[in-house]
Amino acid sequence: MTSLSAPLNVEFDYTRSLGPVLGRFMTGLRDRRIEGVRGDDGRVHVPPVEYDPVTARKLTEWVEVAAAGTVRSWTWVSEPDDGQPLTRPFAWALIQLDGADTSILHAVDVPSSDDIHTGMRVRVRWATDPVGSIHDIACFEPGEAVETQAGQGEAVTMVTTPVRLAYTHTASAEETRYLNGLQEGRLLGQRCPACQKVYIPPRGACPTDGVPTVDEVELPDHGTVTTFCIVNVPFLGQRIAPPYVAAYVLLDGADIAFQHLILGCDASSVRMGMRVKAVWRPRAEWQQSLANIDHFEPSGEADAPFETYSQHL
Amino acid sequence: MRDVAVVGFAQAPAVRETHGTTNGVEMLVPVFHEVLGGLGLAKSDIDFWCSGSSDYVAGRAFSFIAAVDAIGAFPPINESHVEADAAWACYEAWVKIQTGEVDVALVYGFGKSSAGKLRRVMTMQLDPYTVAPLWPDSVSVAGLQARAGLDQGIWTEQQMAEVAVRSRADAKSNPLAQVKGDVTVDDLLTRPYLADPLRKHDCAPVTDGAAALVLAAEDRARELAERPAWITGIAHRVDSANLGGRDLTTSPSTVAAARDAGFDKVDVAELHAPFTHQELLLRNALGLNGSRINPSGGALCGNPMFSAGLIRIGEAARQISGGHADRALAHATSGPALQHNLVCLMEGRD
Ligand SMILES: [Zn+2]
Repeated sequence: MTSLSAPLNVEFDYTRSLGPVLGRFMTGLRDRRIEGVRGDDGRVHVPPVEYDPVTARKLTEWVEVAAAGTVRSWTWVSEPDDGQPLTRPFAWALIQLDGADTSILHAVDVPSSDDIHTGMRVRVRWATDPVGSIHDIACFEPGEAVETQAGQGEAVTMVTTPVRLAYTHTASAEETRYLNGLQEGRLLGQRCPACQKVYIPPRGACPTDGVPTVDEVELPDHGTVTTFCIVNVPFLGQRIAPPYVAAYVLLDGADIAFQHLILGCDASSVRMGMRVKAVWRPRAEWQQSLANIDHFEPSGEADAPFETYSQHL
Repeated sequence: MRDVAVVGFAQAPAVRETHGTTNGVEMLVPVFHEVLGGLGLAKSDIDFWCSGSSDYVAGRAFSFIAAVDAIGAFPPINESHVEADAAWACYEAWVKIQTGEVDVALVYGFGKSSAGKLRRVMTMQLDPYTVAPLWPDSVSVAGLQARAGLDQGIWTEQQMAEVAVRSRADAKSNPLAQVKGDVTVDDLLTRPYLADPLRKHDCAPVTDGAAALVLAAEDRARELAERPAWITGIAHRVDSANLGGRDLTTSPSTVAAARDAGFDKVDVAELHAPFTHQELLLRNALGLNGSRINPSGGALCGNPMFSAGLIRIGEAARQISGGHADRALAHATSGPALQHNLVCLMEGRD
């Protein structure tokens, strides 16, 4: 049986406060001016560093450098990736700007790897609409610096840096059996061969014994509320209007409870030991997901005695 | 200082892609079984567990917590984690043993590199203000380093290919290696560039894998191993995060770590060099003349993220415990273009 897998795209727009050093650097870029900072050994660092890399002293002497410089090393990108400065093949280069003693890493727009070499002179190609980010340098291109119209405005204090990473998320063999079972409306757990406990979802390793769970155990769709909380706080993406109850439900025959919703009754009437049963979505909507159970609701049975679930809290 | 030795080591096969989850459990369960079984130890004999892994590689938060399932953590265990190669978890475990609180530690690392696009995931190691927003990838950054050395005549593409040829030949005797076999320098140099000046053979493969290593103190080490690999020094140092402010053709942090660890001369060295030119760089920086380099095939023949550095310590220790060497050096690296480096020196005592 092949394990289930699915695309997992992780995205986040980090908003970062820049502080006095990077803030001044980014403000400069927005105004089409490149500034570095002088270290204790006299070297001018571009991009600027907040503290001297050798003495660790705070650095404060600013030096404007040229928008042109010399390629100190380079490598070729034949297939540009999402978010990179150019969408056609280009070179990454370490570029030492005139007046600087360190190099800045950026893209150089040349047609092929035959058109770039170490020692080559390159200049900044400014972005059309600078905002105060490293992208204000669209890329570098062969040539010497040209006069630019300096911009001006409020100091730049924040930068937004989007991160987009694509993964394939794979379920374990045990989780795959469980998810395929849900598709058929079945709740499949597994028993640990060492401690005999029944886990749902089953685990790649029993967290007590460190061995995979093996024997399949089909569990009923009713059980006991072991503990719960009443959600009163609204949040982004919430599907149900508060107040409502999120609870741990211990299915009969299982040794570990899982979290689900308790609906179909007043939130204030939910209690530890309450007996509940699953309310399934219409069969046509079933997927490889616990969301096939829309929620649990009171079954009307008498409450379970505390001793029956006290070891599962 | 307490005498501490590596007494056991096991690793999962280095493979391009496993079918398991990103929390490493499927790879770790058999590795723990092998390393503990080989020593006749139960999990209750381990006083301290320490792991290295990355949530960026896993693409999920707290993957290392899920990995603890592989241990079987009840009754509760004494556990820690570093978001770095497990060689740094080994360093933490060594320090923990030095405190006298524990005598036996198990160190492990894991990574399912195939879950994402590894060279892009590694961009997250770079400066998040002025570098990472441009999305330079790890192979490109290594390419900038390789070119710097080529331009200055410090190494050649021929020498780089020779490193690949020797590594793949040595890996033939490593049953867990991912890349192995006989190739010639001439043949390799006719192949196209992946990231000019790097060809495919210059770059470590993308590898899923895991490893575990057991450290023990003094008499406990002598009980557990016939020939323990005694750690005579372990140290790590880091260079500036500013790539363009570094001399990329050498590694001051490796030299400093080796000096602090008391490096003099060794029979064998396992160097964590995911790119061919980085092996040449490290050999130059450390002055490794006459030492056998990477008998395992090294990271170029299997580079499981976040355990490849630990594996260097395990492989070097194995050279000592097997009687093939009396003094060994293991090196581990982290960060872009060899930014952060650890050196662990070991010796056998007869
Ligand atoms: Zn168990």
